[in-house]
Amino acid sequence: MHGFVQVNYAARPDFAPSPDRDGLGDDGFVLGEERLQLKLAARSAGGAWGLLAKPELFHDAVSEQAGTNLREGYLDLAHDAWDVRIGRQIITWGVGDLVFINDVFPKDYAAFFSGRPLEYLKRGVDALDANYQSETLSAELAIVPAGFFGSDNLPPRGRFFQFDPFPALPRATAEPAARFSNTEAALRLHGTMAGTELAVYAYRGFWRAGTFAPDDSAAPTRAIRFFPRLAVFGASARRSGLGGVWSAEIGYYDSRDDPRGDDPAVENSQFRFLIAYQRQLAADFTGSIEYYGEWMQDHAAYRRTLPPGFPASREVRDLLGLRLTRLLRYQTLKLSLFAFYSPGARDCFANPEVSYQFSDRLTATFGGNIFGGPAQTFFGQLGRNDNAYLSVRSSF
Amino acid sequence: MKNGLTFLWLLLFATQLLAQTPSPGEIAAKSQQAFSYAGRDMAARVVMTLVTASGEQRVRDMTMLRRNGVAERQKYFIYFHSPADVRGTAFLVWKDPGRDADRWLFIPALNLVQRIAARDAESSFVGSDFSYEDISGRPLAADTRRLVRDETLNGKPCHVIESIPTGRAGFTRKLAWIDRATFLPLKEEYYDAQKELSRVFTADEVREVDGVPTVVRRTMKNVKSGHRTDVVFRDVRYNIGLTEEVFTERSLRRPPPPWISVE
Repeated sequence: MHGFVQVNYAARPDFAPSPDRDGLGDDGFVLGEERLQLKLAARSAGGAWGLLAKPELFHDAVSEQAGTNLREGYLDLAHDAWDVRIGRQIITWGVGDLVFINDVFPKDYAAFFSGRPLEYLKRGVDALDANYQSETLSAELAIVPAGFFGSDNLPPRGRFFQFDPFPALPRATAEPAARFSNTEAALRLHGTMAGTELAVYAYRGFWRAGTFAPDDSAAPTRAIRFFPRLAVFGASARRSGLGGVWSAEIGYYDSRDDPRGDDPAVENSQFRFLIAYQRQLAADFTGSIEYYGEWMQDHAAYRRTLPPGFPASREVRDLLGLRLTRLLRYQTLKLSLFAFYSPGARDCFANPEVSYQFSDRLTATFGGNIFGGPAQTFFGQLGRNDNAYLSVRSSF
Repeated sequence: MKNGLTFLWLLLFATQLLAQTPSPGEIAAKSQQAFSYAGRDMAARVVMTLVTASGEQRVRDMTMLRRNGVAERQKYFIYFHSPADVRGTAFLVWKDPGRDADRWLFIPALNLVQRIAARDAESSFVGSDFSYEDISGRPLAADTRRLVRDETLNGKPCHVIESIPTGRAGFTRKLAWIDRATFLPLKEEYYDAQKELSRVFTADEVREVDGVPTVVRRTMKNVKSGHRTDVVFRDVRYNIGLTEEVFTERSLRRPPPPWISVE
């Protein structure tokens, strides 16, 4: 039996308290938990079937709650060139580094900004995922049945200072109804041509982050988080060149419930694009840079229908990303820095981290999440959530 | 007349001797063939123990699959069984001498296949004293060589070959003791930019597997830091019929039975 035991704490630098809407009092801790994950796996000798489950048991010291979670749990079937995986699974597509264009699967941004290990940025999706591989072209189709919609997990108001469009209203969530027409489907076709890995993508489903709208504009009682319909079409390419690896990706987000861009509650359609380059700079020292942008369509209609008091998003939201990773002492010590900077909005994010392997079983990681920029921007609004985190994992 | 005949015999004998000593380039080519390219394909369970100067140990346990292509091309697939935090991680390398290899890394926790940019000579393989190039072989054209001497090492007659890199490399000079019978390197000394001995490779046990002489135990020692890496090859098999299909993204996500047992 395999798995790990992990402790994970994140706190504000001066232990300044959270917004603390729960009234529990957290002494400035954004995250404080102990977690046990088991990895239970079985596979037939010929590989025709396999089973995997990653159940978790956790104790959240901040909310003083214990709970269980099934991070992944699926059945694998394989036959000739086909692989089918049924159940809760993590699916990761696209070539961006912490930016997502054609990766339309659930994310946990709260986990990432709270200093959890990077794998927790991705959440399991309940789906049937079928893969077909051939020498020239391979295909992957993921179907999420209606009723199994998984939303993104956003930083909660109770623990993160952030812009709140409806400060006085309690929240509710309305996920897509369990109707057959609400089935999500995502398709990826990929192959290699002339040394370049190419892929095209298509998705039919919903905006996973969701938006908030008052239940009644005249006399609102609650702010409802709902998930408008979305279709995404995109492509990506990756190849080596100039001593490194180049990646590029584009996607068109078709906001099906707001085709003219004049519904203030629904995101406008947008183009997303990305270009990135990764290279080894010296022995055990890797660097990568990327340029990412979101180009809002129908920006004039958006400005015209923007409710008063709401910060206006720019037509192009761009980000420069940088990652530096240095391994030392026979790769037992890892120093890394990840940073975002928006040339347009001038907001920024930095995640420096130091990780040390005490032994093959024990690793400790210490790092920080630093948010900056004007208050109206994405990272700027999180400016009061700077935190330092520690995680210690014992694997078995 | 008799002197003339003796002279002719001597001449014949001398030319035979000369013909039996291959050039340094030929020795190196045969050595690379014997060490890194034996068989059309290979599978092995490899256990690497990293030992610090103070005796602390870390173990990397992996299954390695290799398939030869045309010219000096090769494909490698490496699946990690331990340590626990990298179990299920898999590496795919498409080696094409003359350019940096194409490398992919599979991260099970994210179900993500990442393309890795790295320069072979300088990258340490999983934190060991071996670089990627030490594992998969250095392109023949990358060094100039000369035969220094013939010497007996541990009772085995060897050619001692000196290699000097033509371009940038992880060493400035290498001395290799190549077994004259098997053409396997029995010992190698690596000299660094300060012209000092930095690493020593030794083939500790050579055994015949499927008729192929194979180094089943080897050590790379960093003389300056005192750190060393001991490698044991178990269950070595050659010519088992590995196809191109095994060396694809699909194998990274789903380790191909029967070659990989996910124990």
